[in-house]
Amino acid sequence: MTMRSTFLALLEGQAQHGYDLKRAYDQHFGRSRPVAYGQVYTALAKLLRGGFVTVEPGEGDGGPDRKIYKITEAGVTDVQRWLDEPEDPEQYLQSSLYAKVISALLTGRSAAAVLDVQREKHLEAMRELTRRKRTGDLADRIICDHALFHLDADLRWLEHTATVLHELAGQVRR
Amino acid sequence: MSALLVAEGLHKAYGKTVALAAADLAVRAGEIVSVMGPSGSGKSTLLHCAAGLTRPGAGLVRYAGQDLAQLTDVRRSALRRREFGFVFQFGQLVPELTAVQNVALPLRLDGVSRRAAERRAAGWMDRLGLADKAAARPGELSGGEQQRVAVARALVGGPKVIFADEPTGALDSVAGEQVMDLLNDAARDTGAAVVLVTHDSRVAAYADRGIVVRDGRSFDPAGVR
Repeated sequence: MTMRSTFLALLEGQAQHGYDLKRAYDQHFGRSRPVAYGQVYTALAKLLRGGFVTVEPGEGDGGPDRKIYKITEAGVTDVQRWLDEPEDPEQYLQSSLYAKVISALLTGRSAAAVLDVQREKHLEAMRELTRRKRTGDLADRIICDHALFHLDADLRWLEHTATVLHELAGQVRR
Repeated sequence: MSALLVAEGLHKAYGKTVALAAADLAVRAGEIVSVMGPSGSGKSTLLHCAAGLTRPGAGLVRYAGQDLAQLTDVRRSALRRREFGFVFQFGQLVPELTAVQNVALPLRLDGVSRRAAERRAAGWMDRLGLADKAAARPGELSGGEQQRVAVARALVGGPKVIFADEPTGALDSVAGEQVMDLLNDAARDTGAAVVLVTHDSRVAAYADRGIVVRDGRSFDPAGVR
């Protein structure tokens, strides 16, 4: 859903060829995961069928890459609807880490060790993101910050859980 | 590479309250090491002991092969001025002095002439984006600017180790990030090691590695796997 909507948003900014759309997507959204050409053309075909874009022949030899895709009024309305709709907050209630902590306590293993290993793994990821953030442009910083704040929230949960493990063990084994 | 600063088996109690029970810290030249842990875990006490600001009840602190406990107070204090730099949560700037005078203070205490000390201080102020704040007093500066002055003061003497205790603890996230970027860059450029005490994982992520202190005991989380 997000990729489809971002294609529409890019086309709202400027009518363009599929090739340019892929490049624009990779530049703004696909930083660590560039989109495949096949995905771009599949998405454009669906948008065309849905009446969200139109296609016009561009200059040149008329090959598939020369077609110019333009957003329609329906497409613009769809972008607005997407932006207006808040995302569901993820609640992580089925966190595998939570499951590991409880399982460790149920089986008499060290839940503190589970938390310690995870803490270091999280910090490693945060160090890498911090390095990446410091060499990137503002958009890079923002996307890295998004990941860093989420990892930071996880770490706060780890620290909090570490402080109540003893009590938690008592409840779990009851 | 062997460690430049080593603290081993540190114990410290304040009355009946045990602050450090068995804490170790090793820092190699030029690396940034974070020290994390909950409030009251003993991480600041570990920093104070490792920096020679507090005498541990037991244990050993060696800097460049010297046992800090064997130094006289005068020599230990000279070592702190010449080899170490300090940044605390609240800049601890002298309110009566201007920003540039605050930065120059460690050099002045070490006998450098006022003109030479303030010239070097001005160079660091410029580098930390504070060139136009030289004549301001701490009360006229924002929290972020005060911390940048504190970072400049920590760096002015060309320290081998910077001890930073919650350097962004009193700042919002943007000002905190700016202070950490500057501290990180300056330390990397000058080859100074940093001991970074923080409860904030986003600050700790500037470090090359980290240790955790809990209930006065330290451990290296990379070693638990």
